[in-house]
Amino acid sequence: MEPLHTHTSRQYNEELEDIRNRVLQMGGFIEQQIARAINALAQGDAELGERVAKDDYRVNEMEVAIDEECNQIIARRQPAAGDLRLVMAVIKTITDLERIGDEAEKIARMGIRLASLERPKDSYVEIQHLGNHVRQMLHDALDAFARMDVEAALQVAREDLQVDREYEGIMRQLITYMMEDPRTIARVMDVIWSARALERIGDHSRNICEYIIYLVKGKDVRHTSLEQMEREAREGN
Amino acid sequence: MNREDSDAPHHLEPAATMPQAQGTRRPDVRASTGQRGVGNAPCKVEVKDLNFFYGKFHALQSINLKITEKRVTAFIGPSGCGKSTLLRTFNRIYELYPKQRAEGEVLLDGQNILDPKQDLNLLRAKIGMVFQKPTPFPMSVYDNIAFGVKLYQKLSRAEMDDRIEWALRKAALWGEVKDKLKQSGTQLSGGQQQRLCIARAIAVKPQVLLLDEPASALDPISTARIEELIYELKSDYTIVIVTHNMQQAARVSDYTAFMYLGRLIEFNDTDKIFTNPSQKETEDYVTGRYG
Repeated sequence: MEPLHTHTSRQYNEELEDIRNRVLQMGGFIEQQIARAINALAQGDAELGERVAKDDYRVNEMEVAIDEECNQIIARRQPAAGDLRLVMAVIKTITDLERIGDEAEKIARMGIRLASLERPKDSYVEIQHLGNHVRQMLHDALDAFARMDVEAALQVAREDLQVDREYEGIMRQLITYMMEDPRTIARVMDVIWSARALERIGDHSRNICEYIIYLVKGKDVRHTSLEQMEREAREGN
Repeated sequence: MNREDSDAPHHLEPAATMPQAQGTRRPDVRASTGQRGVGNAPCKVEVKDLNFFYGKFHALQSINLKITEKRVTAFIGPSGCGKSTLLRTFNRIYELYPKQRAEGEVLLDGQNILDPKQDLNLLRAKIGMVFQKPTPFPMSVYDNIAFGVKLYQKLSRAEMDDRIEWALRKAALWGEVKDKLKQSGTQLSGGQQQRLCIARAIAVKPQVLLLDEPASALDPISTARIEELIYELKSDYTIVIVTHNMQQAARVSDYTAFMYLGRLIEFNDTDKIFTNPSQKETEDYVTGRYG
């Protein structure tokens, strides 16, 4: 599919371009939110954590505004085929992006709490690592969305398996930690919530990749295995 | 979606199923999607290698398609693509004009209606047609409907009354005209006139109903009524509709055929045509990128 073919109606074309761009803009801001939340947590920077938590309202605003614009397009233009799939994919993508924003806010709030407690020497290096991993996933998912690149989307979906494994490793490590020294339980629980939030960001990024495959190929690959997803995505139309 | 589409775009029939759920996919999630209008409904009209000429102009080029019984099939495409021409071969109405001829076969229940031995009156009793502009005869509402019936059947007065009420009820017009049956059909509103024409067409109990832009001259409410009517009629009739209004095709039809420059480009489930067409030309047309 070549989505950038111009429409007979230039105005319509611009509207479709606009929602695409706004999704990317929203995604870019959320990437930044994740990075700042992880920094707040790793460096015990409560003030930065506060700012991230406060800025979540901007994510919500963007979601509402894009939704509104999609509504307008559906009401006025009755999009079909590739255009319809774009509008549907955008509506779904921003829901996942908004959730990612909420997860970033959660991490920021954990960061605020952890800042007042005793800090481990490694500055939560495992959380930083997982955080960078999922942030890169989101980045790549948005990139795949911008370029409508099915192969790149599949790559991100594959990454999610790595993230799940990394998350399990962190959980095992943290559980051992709590067993060795029960006094750390309260603090480690907050770290667990943060790891969980990061793992969820990976899942949401994978969802976005599923919408990209729907957008480009017209195939609904939600709730399927990775193998099935790859098969569907590579089959001809 | 099925392999045939890309290999032989000119010989299509609606795919019996949507893309198969296979392998590890859990079947429950999609069990109910994309199934509209499919199944094993038999084929009512089959077009085989049909070519049509207006004098020297080759207007339809080897069209092959199957129209499913008791379903709505829509023909869409830009002006001059041949969709009305195709519709008009189904009851040979083109023969009213000189220098128009069709080659190939159009099979109604397996019988070639293009056969010169085919009785035209009988054919048109089986295949009714409604045109873009309402064409009431300059006579009463009652006689407008009785006129066609009298050509094919001898009914007693009471039977005729019943038939006319039945047809008007089917066409969702009875309530509005039951007290004006003696009034001239031409005095009705445009939407009512069009429904009168539909009543006239179904009064002879045809098997197939051809609708050529039946709502293009009507206001939105009359249009909605006609669309509602199409939905109701499809339990008894096989309906083929030509429309410029793509949203209308999307709303009323089970199958859609996209035509372009005298060729059948794509024929498939309406759901598929409007969400994920397999041909580039179809995509461009349904999204408004045509031209």
